[in-house]
Order: sequence, then structure tokens, then C-alpha cells
Amino acid sequence: MSAYLLNRVGQALFVLWAAFTISFVLLQAMPGDAILIKFQNPDLGLTAQQVAEIRASYAADSPVFVQYAHTIGKFLTGNFGYSVQAGVPVSSLLAAHLPATLKLATLGFLLASVLAILIAFLSSLTPFASLRGALQSVPSLFISIPTFWLGIMLIQIFSFRLKLVPVINPGPWQELILPVITLAVPISAPLAQVLVRHIDDVMTRPFVGVARAKGANRQWILWRHVAKNALLPTLTIAGVLFGELIAGAVVTETVFGLNGIGGLTERAVGSQDAAVLQAIVVLSALAFVIINLIVDLLFPVLDPRLRTKIGAAA
Amino acid sequence: MTTFDTLHEETAADARRQRQGQRSRAASTLRRVPPGLALSWLILATVFLWAVAPSLFTGYDPLEGVGGAQLKRPTAEHLLGTDALGRDLYARIIHGAVHSLTGAFVAVGLGLIVGTGLGVVAGSVRRRFDDAIMRLVDVFLSIPPLLLSLSIIILLGFGTVNAAIAVGVTSVAGFARLARAEVVRVRRSDYVEAAFGSGGTFVSVLWRHILPNSLTSVLAFASLQFGSAVLQISTLGFLGYGAPPPTPEWGLLIAEGRNYISTAWWLTTAPGVVVVLVVLAANRVSQSFGRAAA
Repeated sequence: MSAYLLNRVGQALFVLWAAFTISFVLLQAMPGDAILIKFQNPDLGLTAQQVAEIRASYAADSPVFVQYAHTIGKFLTGNFGYSVQAGVPVSSLLAAHLPATLKLATLGFLLASVLAILIAFLSSLTPFASLRGALQSVPSLFISIPTFWLGIMLIQIFSFRLKLVPVINPGPWQELILPVITLAVPISAPLAQVLVRHIDDVMTRPFVGVARAKGANRQWILWRHVAKNALLPTLTIAGVLFGELIAGAVVTETVFGLNGIGGLTERAVGSQDAAVLQAIVVLSALAFVIINLIVDLLFPVLDPRLRTKIGAAA
Repeated sequence: MTTFDTLHEETAADARRQRQGQRSRAASTLRRVPPGLALSWLILATVFLWAVAPSLFTGYDPLEGVGGAQLKRPTAEHLLGTDALGRDLYARIIHGAVHSLTGAFVAVGLGLIVGTGLGVVAGSVRRRFDDAIMRLVDVFLSIPPLLLSLSIIILLGFGTVNAAIAVGVTSVAGFARLARAEVVRVRRSDYVEAAFGSGGTFVSVLWRHILPNSLTSVLAFASLQFGSAVLQISTLGFLGYGAPPPTPEWGLLIAEGRNYISTAWWLTTAPGVVVVLVVLAANRVSQSFGRAAA
């Protein structure tokens, strides 16, 4: 077990290092230059020499390998460099923007889970084939809706037509209603698809047949026998969902003007602020790696069947 | 001679019967196509025609506005209304098809060629090279797709083609993984063993047997990626990283319509509905490919 653990952690560290390197190559070796964009503006009245001094202070002209070693050393100590556009350390920018995104993402994920479970369980319980078909086609519709458009349509319908959610000076919770729905829809789709597939799969297993033969009805079977078995495999798409959550946050925060990591990302790309984007990329990769590590280690704990070796391996 | 004639007549009659049989079989297959799938093909064909010959569908100019016709509601004259500069929205959506479609084709083409190439090489060569490629694929999968796209956009700059490349790169890892799995599956089959055994060289067996047999599910995946590429390109366009403003790209149309959200609902609604329909249609078609492959 400990050898497995060590191997798995080693793999995770490798992926993280490689993700850092890729993001460094993509973002630091780039031709577009945030320093020039900000300081070469003639209105600032900086001479060429002053611009060169600023460049030197950011170590922008040293060889790529020196920059690479320098950056990786700083990242290891939690120093993500300076945002050229905002003029403050990237870490303090991230700290300031993280709470809003965490709140949005947590609520969005919760609503998505509720939606997915509702869709999957209702479609399994309903006695009508037509309703079942309709419910099961909801996820494929959800996947096809552009998130940004969904947000705009929600604002249009609920804020401007029905005037249910105020757009001007909303309360701290009111302003989250529509963004949370917007974020939840694209996340619930893959979750519901996996759930539906696994419920169908588990329903064909022999132990379900035994339970039915003993006289259990559909509801009892679903709750007592199938739910646990079908919910577990959804953990395997946790990493994919995290990626969707990040993409959803960038778009949702842009549409609703929320001041979180997503909005920060969008502005960083607009002003070619590579240091900010690199920190966000590396931290997302870190989160992805940790999530997958936890899922891999948690699986044998949650599913006792994986702990017992069967057949020749025993 | 007579025997020959009768024989000839018989074969001709046979052929006729066969042709009729084929025709009725074709008709019955056509009738067996589910209406949803037929509708999906119709939508994709229409959008394709929009991209190829936009002037067949509308007489309005997508870039030149008509004075005095600003922000008009949908009417018989302007089917989907007009925008703030008096430009016909229906014309702009039709002329925008070419941007979304070429973008999606470039993105999927890039993923298909590079990803499948890597996957096929990894699956055929195996050992260290295989390990190296698949580790790299894992790394690419660990970066959220949108952030990877945005990094590439920072590197390449804004624009239609750059956005398409940025979207395409995110699908490379998926294609590589799938192609490798398929190649490994096909490689184990008896006919590949037989082809090697009867003296086929590595390249010839790869080309004649492994590639054709592993391609079906790769193509199903490609058509699925097409829908998601349309979606992602419209997202990048909405964020302002795609084509520059006068271009009628669908995501950009929605972004521009956003400023008139309280007064002109059609400006954001119509292009969004078009995107949803195209993506739904592409996914439905891909699903039918997937069933054919299974």
C-alpha cells in the first residue's frame, strides 16, 4: 500500500512539474509583452531607458533558463511574482479574489449535484417511457447551451421581463441566484449522464434481480441497492467536473460582473498579464492533481470490494 | 443462342428486380432514420450552405447598416430584427456561419491529425515512447481546457484562427488517448498477427489494417468534438478573444447584443438559439456514428 501511495504521489508531483513547465513555456516565452503594453504607452512619457530599467527590475531580459529556474524557485515558496497590470503581488490578487469564486463554485456545484440526482433518479423511477426519454435528454440539451448565453438569457428573463431578481444593488445572496444557476447547468449535465448510465448498469446486476424476486418495489431497490453503487463511480469524473467548474466560473463571473478568480482570469488575458494567468493555471493543475489523488486513495476506502483480492491474486 | 438470350433476359430481369429491391431497401432505410437525426442533418446542411453561399439566403449586407432602421423588432422585412447600427441580424447570423464553421473545422482537424497521430504512434511503438507520450497527455488533461485555450491565446494573440488553434490544442490529448486505446485493441486481434506473420512490414500493416479498423470511433469522437468546438469558439468570441468586432461571429453577436439586453431581446436570443441548435445537431449525429461504430 505504501509503495502504491509513494508511486501515486510521485506521479502527481511529476504532472504538476510538467504542467508548470508547459505553462511557463506558453506564457513566459511569449512574443506579446505585458510590460511593453503597459509602459510603452506614450501618455506615460517614459523614456526608452526608463522602460529598459523597468524591464530589468522584472528580470524580463535575462535568459529563459535563468528565468525558469528563478520562477520555479519562487513558486515553490508560494511567491507567484508580480502582476504587471495591477502592480501588486499575484498571491495577494489571488487571495483577494478567491472567496467570491469559492462561494460561487460551492453553491453551483451543490445545485448541480441536486439537479443531476433529480434527473437521474426521476428518470429511473418514472413509469412513463416518454417522460423518461424527455428527462434523459435534458443533459444533452444542457451540454449544448453556451454558458455565457444562458447567463444573459436568465438576466433577460428574470431581471428585465419578470423583474424577480434586481440588477441594481442586489443583496449579497440575491446577486448569487442567477450566477449559481448559470454555473450549475453545464456542471449537472455530465454528472447526470454518468449517473443515468450507472443506474441503468447496476439495475441489470443479479442482486437487483434477487431483491425484486423477494418482492421489493422499484423505489426500495433504487434507494437501498442501486443508489450507493451508482453514486460511487461519479467520483471518477471529479477532475473533469473541476475543469468545467473553472471554465464555468470564468464565463459566469464575466457575464455577471462578479469579482472572483474567473473575472481576474478574463482581465489577465485581455491585458496579457502572463504572471497572473500562469499562477492560475498552475494552481488549477495543483487542485486537479490533488482531487484525483484523493479520489484514487478514497476509492478502496469507500468500496470494500476493491480491498479484497479475487482469484489468482488472492 | 436461345439459351444465351433467355439467360441474358433472366439476368436483366434479375438485375431489374435487384435494383428495385435496392431502391425499396434504400427507401425503407431512409424511413427508418429517426426524425431527430434527420432534423439534425438538415440543420447541419443548412448551416453549411449558409457558410458556403450566404447570399442565397439573404440580400442584406452583414456589415453595412441601414440608416433609420436601428433596433427594429423582428418583422417580415427583417426576420430577426436589426441591431444598433441598423444591420439585419438574420444576415449577420448567416454570414457568421462561415467563421464558426471554419473555426470548428480547424480546431477538430488539428486535434484529429496531431492527437490521432500521437496516439497511433504511442499505441504502435509502445514501451518508452508510449510512456512518454501518455504522460504528456496526462499533463495536458490536468490543465482545465479553458485555461489552456487562454494561455495559447495569450501566446498567439487574438483572432479567428488563433482561437480555433487554441480550442484545437485542448482536444489533442483526448484524441491521442482514444486513438492509442483503439490501436492497442486492434493490434491484439488475430488478423493483425496474421498480417505480421505473412511478412507485412510495420508501416504497411499499420496503414492497411490497424488504421482503418481503429478509425471509426475516432471519427465519432471527432464529430462530438465538432459540437464542443463550436461552443468553445463562441465562448472565446464572446470574451472578445476571437474575431475583431465588425465580424459577425456568433459569440461576438451575443456579446454585442448584451448592451441592449433590456430593450432588444432578439439580439442575444437569436444567435444563441442558432448555436444551441448546431451543437445539439452535431452531438446527435455523433451519437448515431457512435452507435454505428459499436
